[in-house]
Amino acid sequence: MSVNLTLANVDLEYGSGKERVIALTDVSIQIKAGEFVSIVGPSGCGKSSLMNMVAGFLSCSGGTIKLGNESISGPGADRGVVFQEHALFPWMTVKQNISYGPKVNGWSKKNIDARVAELLDLIGLAGFANAWPKQLSGGMKQRVAIARALANRPEMLLMDEPFAALDAQTRRMLQDELLRIWEKTGTTILFITHSIDEATLLSDRVAVMKANPGEILDVISLNLPRPRDENSNEFLEARRRVSELLKRASNPI
Amino acid sequence: MSNTILRVGSVTFVFALWWGFSILNQHMKFFPPAMIPSPPEVIEAGWGIRDKVPSDVLISLIRVFEGFVIAAVLGIFLGCLSGTSRVAENLIDPVLEILRPIPPLAFLPIFIIWFGLGELSKVLMIAFASFFIIYVNTYQGVRYADPLLMRAARSLGAKKRASFFTIGLPSAMPEIFTGLRLGAGMAFFVLVAAELLAADNGMGFRIQEARWQFRVDRMFFGAALIGVVGFVLLGALRRLEIRLLAWKPSRDEAR
Repeated sequence: MSVNLTLANVDLEYGSGKERVIALTDVSIQIKAGEFVSIVGPSGCGKSSLMNMVAGFLSCSGGTIKLGNESISGPGADRGVVFQEHALFPWMTVKQNISYGPKVNGWSKKNIDARVAELLDLIGLAGFANAWPKQLSGGMKQRVAIARALANRPEMLLMDEPFAALDAQTRRMLQDELLRIWEKTGTTILFITHSIDEATLLSDRVAVMKANPGEILDVISLNLPRPRDENSNEFLEARRRVSELLKRASNPI
Repeated sequence: MSNTILRVGSVTFVFALWWGFSILNQHMKFFPPAMIPSPPEVIEAGWGIRDKVPSDVLISLIRVFEGFVIAAVLGIFLGCLSGTSRVAENLIDPVLEILRPIPPLAFLPIFIIWFGLGELSKVLMIAFASFFIIYVNTYQGVRYADPLLMRAARSLGAKKRASFFTIGLPSAMPEIFTGLRLGAGMAFFVLVAAELLAADNGMGFRIQEARWQFRVDRMFFGAALIGVVGFVLLGALRRLEIRLLAWKPSRDEAR
């Protein structure tokens, strides 16, 4: 598991002629294996489109997206995706949801069972293996969604504002848990958020995007030790840097 | 609990209303008393033809079952095709939209000419009647399957075909079941009409026979029998649905 994600001069356009909309232009960024990178930006800057392209749901109009040496041409098991809504399959139990990926990829039953047990343990929901999604709280659902996305042992995890729909307390808990999971699994994470606090708390680097057209304004390396203290001066200083850049992105002069 | 009280209460009330009116009518003679039989008289009438009831119910149920199965297989199959492929949608949907407004009973004379007075014409008409609602519900359910769930499946490595069978189809199950339940109701509905017109046995025919004999009590019994059998049949289907769709958040627990 040591593959970089490389976006080189990525463009995204909709329509043609007068209807033409440039959603993203000349986006380039390289994400190292094991790195935690967040993307923040005002709404409409195309951060979700960017993630959808990396996930393979959208194809880019120009430029290249590569995971290792492979160009991304569609969705695949090497990239786990966590959505804002939990997107769990409601007719499947927690266990069936988590085992879905390995199952469609033809794992043996023994390996699937072991993997599911390991992941249930990782997210602390071993007692809920046979529960249906409707029986879980919002935070528990999102934890299952993370476990499901990890089940295939993907090269990287793509997370599109995964905690935005949760209440503040649950969100804080899941942020800690995500960091713990990231440290334990060493997976690369590309994390979309609109929260400066969240980006500063979680990431190694924060890419700030601006809208019209969507592009990356700058990428900030946080260089903050972990675990992070949200009241320390270093943290507040880093948060301020992100916030100022985002302000520039939101009010282009 | 209070739901049950209300339900039983309302049925009891309507039943009491009927019974009360029939007794009142026997004294006041608004209509000839034989025209409005009381519940005990209707039960008595049923007892009088008790040897025919089981075979009538059975033959009617077989007709419904055969027609319904044909409709379900075709409806679900074509609905899935239309729901997943734009080409299939354009080929199938317009034809069905033209056939759909034609009352199924309009086809019975044609089917009788083509297939004779036997079982086939009735079964086909029942199939024709219940097919559309099953098709439309399946089509809508599959067509509008949650794209987020499809994306999730694709991102987990499911190919297009696998994601249809494992995600698209199951996520359409609530709609498909609604179609099946409505289709079964429809099948039952036209069964009686078909038997009134072209049969020499079955629950519908027994009402027709009672009409020739001018036995209103037997007609009441026939209608009640159809009501009870239909109620049990649709109730069983509803039970099955609740069991199979237990994963679905219900109205009371929706969040």
